[in-house]
Amino acid sequence: MADGKSEQSLEKVLKNIKHIILVLSGKGGVGKSTVTTQIAWTLYNKGKKVGILDVDLCGPSIPRMMNVEGQDVHQCSAGWVPVYTDKDQRLAIMSIGFLLDSRDDAVVWRGPKKNAMIKQFLSDVCWGDLDYLIIDTPPGTSDEHITVVENLRNYNPDGAILVTTPQGVAVSDVRRELSFCQKTKIPILGVVENMSGFACPHCGECSNVFSKGGGEALAGSCRVPFLGSIPLDPSLAQSLEDGQAFTDLFPNSPTLDAVNKITSKLLEMKNGVTD
Amino acid sequence: MRQRNFNNRGLIVKSKMADVLTVPQNAPEHCPGTGSEQAGKSSACQGCPNQTICASSKPLGPDPAVEEVKERMSSVKHKILVLSGKGGVGKSTFTAHLAHGLAADNNRQIAVLDVDICGPSIPKVMGLEGEQVHQSGSGWSPVILLPVCLYVFSVFIFADWAICFRVQYVEDNLGVMSVGFLLASPSDAVIWRGPKKNGLIKQFLRDVDWGEVDYLVVDTPPGTSDEHLSIVQYLSNTYEVSLLDVRKEINFCKKVKIPVIGVVENMSGFVCPKCKKESQIFPPTTGGAVKMAADMDVPFLGKVPLDPRIGRCCDEGKSFLSEVPESPATAAYQQIIRKIVNYCGEKSEDA
Repeated sequence: MADGKSEQSLEKVLKNIKHIILVLSGKGGVGKSTVTTQIAWTLYNKGKKVGILDVDLCGPSIPRMMNVEGQDVHQCSAGWVPVYTDKDQRLAIMSIGFLLDSRDDAVVWRGPKKNAMIKQFLSDVCWGDLDYLIIDTPPGTSDEHITVVENLRNYNPDGAILVTTPQGVAVSDVRRELSFCQKTKIPILGVVENMSGFACPHCGECSNVFSKGGGEALAGSCRVPFLGSIPLDPSLAQSLEDGQAFTDLFPNSPTLDAVNKITSKLLEMKNGVTD
Repeated sequence: MRQRNFNNRGLIVKSKMADVLTVPQNAPEHCPGTGSEQAGKSSACQGCPNQTICASSKPLGPDPAVEEVKERMSSVKHKILVLSGKGGVGKSTFTAHLAHGLAADNNRQIAVLDVDICGPSIPKVMGLEGEQVHQSGSGWSPVILLPVCLYVFSVFIFADWAICFRVQYVEDNLGVMSVGFLLASPSDAVIWRGPKKNGLIKQFLRDVDWGEVDYLVVDTPPGTSDEHLSIVQYLSNTYEVSLLDVRKEINFCKKVKIPVIGVVENMSGFVCPKCKKESQIFPPTTGGAVKMAADMDVPFLGKVPLDPRIGRCCDEGKSFLSEVPESPATAAYQQIIRKIVNYCGEKSEDA
């Protein structure tokens, strides 16, 4: 069966990857891709080899945020070569965005087709040796998520980071994602609260645009770790639009501080798991 | 060279990727087309590296439900779809407020349908969280009528449960249907693949007795996938309102031939409650929605500024329009709603 073959290549690909982290959220637009890219940059700056797999087939935003839009995926004997953002090839990216002709193209696919694509992404990309593979997902708990989880289940993924914004509507969607993780037995690494608080650039007054504390309260009530909150920062949004590394542009920003803290927590956790 | 290599590997050729009904450039000579019923199955497909992907799509046959839905929907005058490629831009917030705004005229009958199966926010935003439809393993359990829900409509069998479908009423002339009402608790996850979601959407359209409705507003999940294809397959003569980051969505509409009413830019600018100065939280680097609308040749309906009170009203399930009538955001909403009503009015005169 073809399944046996893809199972084999899946194993071949995944055995060289030390840690697999999923970034999930029930709600869209809370910053899954932002959190994914920032964690990837921070890990990269700490000397790790990092891969990002974007399984959001209908709205891939990773290529744009990493400034690799319009690049092509190459083919080698071992499979698809991911797109590298740097010269020493320590930060690799795979996304459906690279396979589309223009940024405006819509991928109008139903589930089975998306599943076939994701399976191919998981088993056919030759990442090489990776310290971390971060998987960015679309919002919801449907085809993409089931496929990813089903395929990774036998390879001990480290777990999932849940991203939320502070307001009640987002928190209740993320609560659903939590039940998804529990049902599919994916460990939860923790909750990140994004867009909490906005410091007015004119008077410095901090407004909670989307209220505050929702993520922390959710983590508390569901007994999962709270990894930290990232403030709403227009310069972060700007750097993502331009596809530049926020870590390089604003090394002293409090936003970066927050991301660093979250990443350190992840690294500690990892050591705890592997040691 | 490398491009060709890549194609030989068998992925659908770049430019044709999304175009499910056409034949890929490098396909075998007698390729039936990736969207055809024979995709992946005809003799020409043997040996095509794309065969598994093609064969894994379900064949497209005429669905008998299309006619049934058409009949049920004949009592609905205007169907408006709220779409956005990106999540979290305010589709549900906008849907709820469009419905509230339209319902302000007591002569109009408004219905809201939430087809976001995996992340239904409408019940919360419209203050109906916790309302639910009861279910049991065999037969149907008694339905407790809560004060806000006035009618028990039809019964259908779905996934071994008997479920009573009720439309929840926010006001006398504003009915709501969402998968959220079918869940036992707000934290329940609906872990469903596409075909199951389509089944439920079909049932929402076919088995809910919406009655005489002037405007049916449909809230969608982000993306361009199962839910969107289903709703478009069953609902003909629909218009759509798009929110920010919608280039893909507009291309989707062109592909499936739905007229676009226009584009709304949400979360445009934040007015500091202390110093009253405006700042751009999400800076529009590429000219924003106005330019995009012009580029894509669709009308621009307006901008809704970011007001923290909108979020708060949504969390509490209240109508922002009646809670904070003096906010600039309310004025923006009213103006956009007026444009939509005008558009629908003209359309029905044409027809």
